[in-house]
This record gives sequence, C-alpha cells and structure tokens, in this order.
Amino acid sequence: MAYMHIGKDFTPPDVPGKVTGRIKYAEDYTREGMVYARLLTSPIPHARVLDIDASAALAMDGVIGILTADDVYPDGEPQSTGLKILTNEPTLVGEPILALAAVDEKTAESAIAQISVTFERLPFVLDPLDSLQPGGADAYNGGNTFVFRQGFAEEKWTADQVASFRAGNEPTAEPQQTVEYGDLDAAFGESSYVYEGTFTNAGYPHHSMEPRSALAYWEDGKLYLHGGSQSLTAFADGIAGIIGVPKEDLVFVNAATGGGFGQRARAGSVPVYAVPAKLSQKINRPVMMRATREEEFTLGGARQGLTGWIKVGFKPDGVMAACDLWIVSDNGGKGGGADAYSAADCISVLYQADAVRFRGTAIGTNTAHRGAQRGPGQNQIAPIISPILDVAADELGVSRLDIRKINAAMTGDVGGPQRTPFTSAYMPEALEQAATEFDWEGRQSRRRQTNGSKVIGLGIGQGYHNAGRSGMDGIVMMGADGRLKIHNGVGNLGTYSYASTSRAAAEVLQMPWESCDIITGRTDLHLPITSPQDGSNSIFTNTRTCYGAAQDMLTKMKEIAATDLGGDPADYDISNERVHQIADESVGYSYAQVAQRAIELGGKYTGSAELPEELAEWTQIAVSRLEGTGFMGIFHDPRHEGNPPGFTVTACEIELDKETGKIDILEMISIGEAGTIMHPKGMDNQLVGGAVWGIGLSVYERHLYDPQNGLPASTGYWQSKVPTYLDTPLKIETGWVDLPDPENPVGARGIGEPSMGSVSAALTAAITDALDGHIFGASPITADMIINHVAGTSEEAVPLAQNNFRG
Amino acid sequence: MNQKLTRRRFIKGVIASGAAATSTAAWYSATGQERPSGFVERLVRINVNGQVRSVDVEPQETLASTLRYKLGLTGTKLGCNRGECGACTVLVDDVTTYACSVLTHSMKNGRIETVEGLESANGDLHPVQQAFVEELSPQCGYCTPGQVMSAVGLLRANPNPSREEARHAMSGNICRCGSYDSYLDGVMRATELIG
Ligand code: FES
Ligand code: FES
Repeated sequence: MAYMHIGKDFTPPDVPGKVTGRIKYAEDYTREGMVYARLLTSPIPHARVLDIDASAALAMDGVIGILTADDVYPDGEPQSTGLKILTNEPTLVGEPILALAAVDEKTAESAIAQISVTFERLPFVLDPLDSLQPGGADAYNGGNTFVFRQGFAEEKWTADQVASFRAGNEPTAEPQQTVEYGDLDAAFGESSYVYEGTFTNAGYPHHSMEPRSALAYWEDGKLYLHGGSQSLTAFADGIAGIIGVPKEDLVFVNAATGGGFGQRARAGSVPVYAVPAKLSQKINRPVMMRATREEEFTLGGARQGLTGWIKVGFKPDGVMAACDLWIVSDNGGKGGGADAYSAADCISVLYQADAVRFRGTAIGTNTAHRGAQRGPGQNQIAPIISPILDVAADELGVSRLDIRKINAAMTGDVGGPQRTPFTSAYMPEALEQAATEFDWEGRQSRRRQTNGSKVIGLGIGQGYHNAGRSGMDGIVMMGADGRLKIHNGVGNLGTYSYASTSRAAAEVLQMPWESCDIITGRTDLHLPITSPQDGSNSIFTNTRTCYGAAQDMLTKMKEIAATDLGGDPADYDISNERVHQIADESVGYSYAQVAQRAIELGGKYTGSAELPEELAEWTQIAVSRLEGTGFMGIFHDPRHEGNPPGFTVTACEIELDKETGKIDILEMISIGEAGTIMHPKGMDNQLVGGAVWGIGLSVYERHLYDPQNGLPASTGYWQSKVPTYLDTPLKIETGWVDLPDPENPVGARGIGEPSMGSVSAALTAAITDALDGHIFGASPITADMIINHVAGTSEEAVPLAQNNFRG
Repeated sequence: MNQKLTRRRFIKGVIASGAAATSTAAWYSATGQERPSGFVERLVRINVNGQVRSVDVEPQETLASTLRYKLGLTGTKLGCNRGECGACTVLVDDVTTYACSVLTHSMKNGRIETVEGLESANGDLHPVQQAFVEELSPQCGYCTPGQVMSAVGLLRANPNPSREEARHAMSGNICRCGSYDSYLDGVMRATELIG
C-alpha cells in the first residue's frame, strides 16, 4: 500500500533539541525560591527504625524541613513494599527513610549527617535459595514472599530440597504457581533428545543515563511535577494516586526522558518522585531532588534474577515436543515482576512446543527493587534456550537454522499457556531473511575454525515479546488555521514512538507533516490516556488511537461539507488539505474552512457532545478543557482480538579467545518482524539499541552485593558493566520483514524488547558453538566463566547463587 | 551481637573498614553551592564558547557544576558525576574533557566549548549536529551532547577518520540506549558534510 507517511523517514521534532542540548530534562529546570532535597537512606539491608532525632539538623541555618514516613503514612505504612516512598522498615540498602530540604544541597547533606537514626538491625538475605532454607532469613517483615491480596507470607523448603536443586536437580517443593498445557509426559515420551539442567540469570540495574531527579512545586492548588518517565499520561495517572493529588490538579512536565528500559514506564517503579512533591507541599517551596548515579542504582530497579531448572524434549525431526520449566524468581527488597511466567510464555510462542509446564516461586531478597526491564522474562530465557536448541539440532542431525524453522510461529498458530492466536506472525520469513542476508549457509565452513587460541562460533537466535495493546483514547484537534494538532500522551524516552504513532493521524487526513503539530511533553496540554509505554506496545496501541481520532475528524469533515455544500458524506473525499466532492473537486472546503465551520457548529464537532462513552477519566479531563476550543476528533479504541507479536531474528559470527575468555563479535545482523514498519530509522535504532542490550545481558551485566554487609557493590557503570563502543560490533546490520498485521489500521506492531532477546540468543548460541556445544546455562557468560570452563575447573562457590559471583 | 546501632555508628564502622565509599560527598563538594568557611571566594574568568565569563567559583567546584548551575548551560549533562559515562564531555582547547572531573579553577587559561557553542551565528547546526539529526543518532538524547562534543573533537583532530578510528575516539562516551551504531553513522556522515 502506498502511504504518504507510514514507512518513511522523518525527523521527530525533539531531535534538534537533543543535538543542541536545548531540550530539557527534569534536572535542567529551576524555579524561583527552589530549595534542595536530600534523602537519608538506609545504610543496612534490613532494619526497623526505632527513633529519629532530627533536632540538631532542623536547628541548622538553611534547613527548611523534613519529611518522614510518619508524615506520609500517618495511619501506618502500606502492607506492600513496592509503593512506599519513605519507610521505617527498610528492606534494602539505599531505601529512603526521610527527606530533608535546605537552601542548597551541601547544607542539606550536612544536616542529614546531623540526624541520628536508631535502627534495629534485622537479619538479611541476598539469595532466594538461602531464604528458602530452614531458618533462612526473610527479606520482609512478615515473610519472604508477597501473596497478592493476602500480604506477606513465609515459605521454606527442606534443606534437602534446596541442596538437591543447587546440585542440579528438578525442584521437588510445591511451587507457588503452576501453569501448563498439553500432555507433558506423552510429549517427553515422543522425544528422542531430552536436555535437562539448571540455569541462572543474574539481576542487573537499568542504569538509565538520566538519574531520576525531580522538581516539584505547588501553585494555585496545582502540583507541577517535573520528572522523567517512559509514559506521559499513564505515568501521571499513576503518580497522582501515589502522591494523593486529584488527577485534575496534577501537571506532569516531561518533555524528554534520559532512558527508561522498563523502569520508568509506570509510576510504581518511580514512587520517589512523590518525595519532592510531598516535601514541597509541606514546606511550601519548590523542591528539587537531584539523584546521583549511586542513588539511581539504589532507588532504581533491576532485572529479576532467575534460578531455574529446564527440561526440553525434541522429536526426531527436531520438533520441540515438551518444555518443563521451574523457576525461583528473585523479587528483591521491594517486590518483583512476572518474568518467570513470561519466560515460559516466550518458549511456547517461539518454539510452539506441544506441551509446556511452568512452575514458579518468587522469593524476596534484600537487594534492588525488581521490576520490568526490557523483555522481562522473555529476554532472560533467550540465552538459556537457544544453546539448548543448537545442541539438540546437532544431536538429531538437523541444521541449526532448520530446527528454528521447523518450530517457527506463523499466522494461524497460537502461543502461550492461554493458547492465544497471533494477530499475524511471520517468523519463517524473518528466519529466511536473516539467513540469506547473513549468508548463514555459506558461513558454515567457518564454524569452529581456529586461529591460535581463537575460535570462530556462529549463532542464530530469536526474540519475542507481546507487542500491542488496545482500549486507549485518541484526540486530534484542528483550529481555524487548518493545522492538525495530534494530542499524544505516549511519552518520550527515545523510541520516537510519540512521533511515529502521530503520523498515523497525519496519514488518515493526508496531511503534510509540516502542517502537523504533536502536542505532548506536559499534561496541561490536555493529552488522552495511553497505555504505559512498555511491553513494546506503543506502536500498535497508539497508532490505533491516533488513527481512530483522525478517522473521527475525517467523518465529521465530510458530514459538515455535505450539510453545507450538499450531497451525502459518502460523496466526499479529501486531498491537498481539502474535503471536497468526489465528482467535482472544486466543491469543498479547505481544512481551515471546515475547522472554522466545526467551531461555529460546536456540539460534537468541538468535544461538547456525543463523546465516546468509555473515555478514561484522564481523557475526560483533557476533553473538558479542550471543549469548544477547536475542531475535535476523538476516539476510544475498542479491544482487539489475539496476540500481536514482536519478533526478531539475529545471526552473528564471533571470535572467542580461549586464553582470555574475550569475545569479539565479528559480524551481526538483526531482522525485525513487527508488521508494517512505521519509521525505518526508528526501527533501526530499536534493533541496534536492543542488540547492545542483548550483548550486555549475555556477557557483561550483573550486579553484586557484599555478602557480609549486604551493600551493593555495583552502583556505577563500570562495576555492572554496560557495553561500550568497543564491546559492540563495528556495524550492526539490520533489516525487516515489513508485512502488515491485520489488527492494526496501518499494519504495525512493536519491536523494542525482542531486539534484545534475539541478540542474546544468537550470541550465547555462538559461544556454545565455539566451545564445542558446551552449555553454560547462565547469563551473563563472563570471561572468567569461559576461562574456567576451558581449564576444566569449576569455580562456583555457591551453585545457582544470585547477587553474587557465579563462576 | 548488638542488634541496635545508630546509623552514624554503622557508617563509621563501614567507612573504617573500607567497605563502602560513596560518591555522595563528592557530588556535594563538587556542586560548590556553599562557601566553606576559611576559603576566600574568588571570581574566576573563564572562556566559554568564545565569551569570557566571570563566575563566582568555589575552590572545589567542577566545570560541569559551573556550566550547569552558574552559567545555565544545561546542555552539558551529568550522567554519573564521577568520570564513568562521558555525558558531561566538553572541549577544552579542542581536547575532549569530562567536565565533571576537572575543577573550574584549572580552566582559567583554557578555551572551553560546550554543545551550546557549536551552532553558527545564523543558527545553522554544526555539521556533527546536522549529521546526528540526519542519521537519527540520538535515542533518549541524554548522552547526545557528550557524543556531539566527542565527535567534534575527533573531527578537528582527524577530519577523515575510519569507522574503527571513530569508535575508539568515541569510546569514552557511554550510551545506555545502545545507539552506538547510529552515532557512528552520524560521525561518518559528518565527515561527508565537512567535506
Ligand atoms: S558525568 Fe562526567 S563522566 Fe559521567
Ligand atoms: S541516547 Fe540514551 S543514553 Fe545515549
């Protein structure tokens, strides 16, 4: 289909501001009378605050006030750990106890040093399996696990059960959650190759480049909050609840966000923004709370560490018959996510196994807050399952490409424990494209070639994430100038989806991009509710809403023209920013004229009547403020059917040095399968960015804690190593399948998360290849692990350890 | 074991044992917001983007703090404030420099350039900026000013770098979004624009 905007490159409007430094992030703002907040955070991993004596601090010159948990929660702290902004019951080092405001940060910090806090020290734990031991410490007050709607509970295994799991065996304890489909025993019975083993995925921080600084002030009864988030209206909607301010009284200002990667999608993962808001309310001054890199680690979050056991069976032809997965998730000090379940879901989707069973238990540790991080679950399992596929292929005499093709998801298939049909799926095409463009077959002769201590490995891998939601709202406006204003609440974290989804509206109205304005960046510009910008959903979800709102405007344009100029709305079409009769193009209105008429007519044309019934409260507030100010197109998106998948395939060639454990990625290609491509350069960015993340997951990133004191040992970039220019290929080739998805009006789906998973799958497969089929069952596979393997030594101090060295 | 201890006692113990050294103190001493007693306040003249600016600078104040909080040049970002990330990269006498890791007092004779100083008088973007726009190099943009300054520094020293040379020259700049490939595309495009 020939589109005007879809599939074409453009410059998103915020890019010039990024290269000139003009665009403002939260910490770049100032406000007259602004004071500075500093946090007093817990120096110990698990404690109870018995007493706070702040009298000396409050008597200091320049100190303005403090905020404690007692101020925030006069009726007692909430049961769940996750949303507390201040606490007297810290469950990890760095958890905020109180905040103090002063005229400058140094005074604030000096004053904090004068505050005496008496803690009762409580036992702490860093590894979920240690907590499951009889007598093992519990991370929370009241247990080591949080049961939804029931509160904290304690769970223990027998010492034999823990020891047996650490020794590599299937856990025998009762899981908290079991999900399965198919006849597992029968499927394993049909298998001629069965792999069974344990694995670990290390947790590690998001480490967004912009620390989570925030500025808050109250004016005329409204709270103005500057902060960084992935989502704009969805985030504002959530943080209003955490702060306790009515939605209509919150102005969230967020033109740009220095990275999110899952940790800033929802307000629940950045509750600390409520601290300057509450403090500002208490002291009646604007409050800037700057976060340091170290605080970004301790206030921020981490990927869930997974400790698992996996058994996979393959039929003689390479078909995956069965997968049995048992995972203990590390929920950290403030609650976790559902990564483990998503890992099982991912295997079911990507490899279409006949039978899958997932068993899981989530246990707290006194370590970082766990939450969604780029492909939570799907991307941890990618580096675990891919080498298993390759070993199975070699055992069965199937090619490593063919075993993936045989099991590939395609349109008409279902996936996941719920057996959900795909909206469309073109994985075979993606595999073929990657193999062709990489010359996968031609390269096979290089496989395991050696050059001194260096050996070549080839890997191919797949990534998946569910990539689309629905049920949100869209608003477009047009004034008498005829410009199209696309109100977009998506948020700006660097994917540019706020801009590319807006182009669906421009497409509907055949509007030159120069005649469009994207209205975004602060909620007092009246933005509709969107889904949080996570789960690779924005492209699918918000092209639906932008498209729908523009369609509503188009329908109204034709109605107005037909009423004024004669004929039926169906007799009208649009071109060149005019609505005109099809039969006689001279009869019509320019967009400026029709907008003027809409404003004169009012009612449904200006948002004053006949609104969609299901509009979210947030959208209703926006509409009530826009009502009568211009020609309005408005839409509430109904729910769609099926699972819109985001798929990627990556192929790579590496050179592994057996003496140093160093890996050089010689070449890499990633192919996206995300329906119609909206914005090629944006797509390319997601593929290369995901690749860098996949490299980090596979071979570098993990956080560590000091086992004696529970102190985080990797609060900086260099300790939890983020890949640099020199750790990534000189050029990452990209491409895409570009076939439309029928559940999206422009055929598009998302891609941000799978782009990481396929790289991790390909890279770990290449490492296994270079090491003659050795499966580490771990992410990351660090240089020391490779050296130990080559030397034939096992250096696992504690097998299956989390938050500590593995090898 | 004594289960009760005060926070200060604990911290003293930890610091004495060397188990924890935080960057917090460095951050606050670096922002130079307060005048520690005993120091003589000094007006320092520094050359920023071709203009000589007089600034009231604390002895321990970093260039990044001066630029951001005294001169309002917030294009220079702080990603770590401790020499790990490159977000604060500026040019001093054409040499890429982490502004978080040098003291403003040591800059008295230097010619400092920040991202705000790159556009021409008529508002045209610098070729590196233009190339980064064309190649959509930034993602979140937080590392971008530092990447821009590193690329400008590179191209002044070597107007025709290979991609390999460029990645080595840029390797002091972390991009958590992983946009390295797009930044390198931008650098190579900039070499064409510069001609
Ligand atoms: S802020 Fe200077 S190197 Fe990170
Ligand atoms: S563009 Fe986000 S850190 Fe580089």
